[in-house]
Amino acid sequence: MAIKFKGVDFLEFDTLLSDEERMVRATTREFIEDNLLPIIEQCNRDGRFPRELVKPMGELGFFGPTLRGYGCAEMNNVEYGLIMQELERGDSGLRSFASVQSGLVMYPIYAFGSDEQKDRWLPGMAKGDKLGCFGLTEPDSGSNPGSMRTRARREGTEYVLSGEKMWITSGSIADVAVIWAKSDEHGGKVRGFLVETDRPGFVAKDIHGKWSLRASVTSSLSMQDVRIPAENLLPKSSGLKSALMCLNQARYGIAWGAVGAAMACYDCALQYAQFRKQFRDQPIASHQLVQQKLVWMINEITKAQFMLLQVGRLKDQDKVRPEHISLVKRNNVWMALECARMARDILGANGIADEYPIFRHMANLESVKTYEGTHDIHTLIVGSAITGIDAF
Amino acid sequence: MLRPNGPVARCWVKILVCMKQVPQKDAPLKLNEGGTWIREDVSYEVNEPDAYALEEALRQKEKHGGEVVVITAGPARAQQVLREALAKGADRAIHLEDDRFVGLDAFNVARAFAAAIKEDAFDLIFTGLQSDDYGYAQTGVLLAELMGWPHATIIMQIEKKDSGIRVKRELEAGFFQFVEMPLPAVLTIQSGINKLRYATLIGIKQAKNKPMRKVSWDDVSGAVGENLQKVEKLYVPQKTKKTEYLEGSPAEVAKKLVDKLRNEVRVL
Repeated sequence: MAIKFKGVDFLEFDTLLSDEERMVRATTREFIEDNLLPIIEQCNRDGRFPRELVKPMGELGFFGPTLRGYGCAEMNNVEYGLIMQELERGDSGLRSFASVQSGLVMYPIYAFGSDEQKDRWLPGMAKGDKLGCFGLTEPDSGSNPGSMRTRARREGTEYVLSGEKMWITSGSIADVAVIWAKSDEHGGKVRGFLVETDRPGFVAKDIHGKWSLRASVTSSLSMQDVRIPAENLLPKSSGLKSALMCLNQARYGIAWGAVGAAMACYDCALQYAQFRKQFRDQPIASHQLVQQKLVWMINEITKAQFMLLQVGRLKDQDKVRPEHISLVKRNNVWMALECARMARDILGANGIADEYPIFRHMANLESVKTYEGTHDIHTLIVGSAITGIDAF
Repeated sequence: MLRPNGPVARCWVKILVCMKQVPQKDAPLKLNEGGTWIREDVSYEVNEPDAYALEEALRQKEKHGGEVVVITAGPARAQQVLREALAKGADRAIHLEDDRFVGLDAFNVARAFAAAIKEDAFDLIFTGLQSDDYGYAQTGVLLAELMGWPHATIIMQIEKKDSGIRVKRELEAGFFQFVEMPLPAVLTIQSGINKLRYATLIGIKQAKNKPMRKVSWDDVSGAVGENLQKVEKLYVPQKTKKTEYLEGSPAEVAKKLVDKLRNEVRVL
């Protein structure tokens, strides 16, 4: 076992990538193999986020990589996707952290923020000196964020925020939270606010007992009359649409990330099947039913790669539509989860032990299937796009 | 960025790093049809000792200022090692691009390098200790001879002195040697002497705009002679088993056994 991972490329996918794109992937892969893989199983056991990797990740340029200026790397969307793929081949938790920092915090500040907000937050966030979280989901408001109860009311030169947010990645380690709230001043319209997490009335508590994403921080946020200066409103945010634009960024990265998790499971199962012998001293890879599973995996991974490349190129040309991203998020996370289950099956009892990464990926992917738009909601987004009829 | 003669630091060293693209260490290799070398369609990577040579050059530049230039000889694919070096911080690159450099002997590669850099004035030339494919450990020292410069091999440390440099060489059996030498000089760098850096994403973007000079076969063919090496046959060692019974008295058998171990198996 433990033959070095060399990527999964059945259909010469790499020939469609530029030298830079391959180099970006190589640098991320190297970083993850040197720094995350040696510690991830212990982090997962301990439920510990490997915070020590944040600074080095910032130095390499992993945060906000597609943004222009502010010390960001100005990557294209395929490069960004490949970073996410490699991070998640390590662990979905670390990738989730990076997705939130880049897609859900830096992106809204970049897209909807004032120049002052951008100058204040983006350079430090790109370096990993400042961390952020994104507060949209609430205990009673998940797939339908329009039902949120968090409110912002204007008092003089301040906004006063009250409400609860739930399942917030990086909540308790963030310096700033992007909070979505219905603003009385704006006729109850949802607006985005930057809330420094050291403001009185803001409390973040970690959610314990997770079976999934154990190497990332998941918190609940409670805001009781948290006062923020009026200039903390994200001036260009307007309605839920803005929040959904952020989700589009993050979902796009998730769709790539899931392929990374699938590759990790496939690679592990393939190596195991070639090594493990049963019946007449033959490797189990010689068994038809095992081959069928491996072929299913490589088939689905390959399809996912090409879909992603197309979506990434469309995104670079500003032609991507939300339903495109829904299609790849939905498909890729589903297929990754199926890959993880099949890989577990191929490894037999070994598949449940954390000597192998499979069960960890499987458990992680259960979260990934649900967050950032559940599998079913993405089905309905695609359904709505092709029929013209909303079914939610 | 540090520039030669710039305000930040006076340029004291201009370092050339010779790099080679070699088949990936754990790549499954297939022989070509003639059985003289491996097939082209394998994965390639930078020769590991050269990666350490580059790292050392970048560290010297960070410490003292200067310029790091990387050079390779090989087909179009070999450009990848230069791009990586530029992404890690090298300032410019020189690519001697031709398929004929594949399998060219070390002497002629050194001649080609010497011809390609004759307009440049380097203070130091680094190479990796040896290449992971042929493993001759020759290019560096031959290049020194061609340039008429002193050289030192298996270098672990480089320290700047007023008169030149002081280097630490690794000898056999845990011994080290310290050598003071003038500049310009050629050093062949030992693997593992420093921690390799990652190419940052910003570095990768910047690499695109750094100069890459292409040198054709014709540009250096005047300096290069006929290939001095020819691989006649390359093969995967055949695994064979042979059992032989030794006859005779115990003393005779022992004597024959010792003879075989010494002269046939050569383990004594």
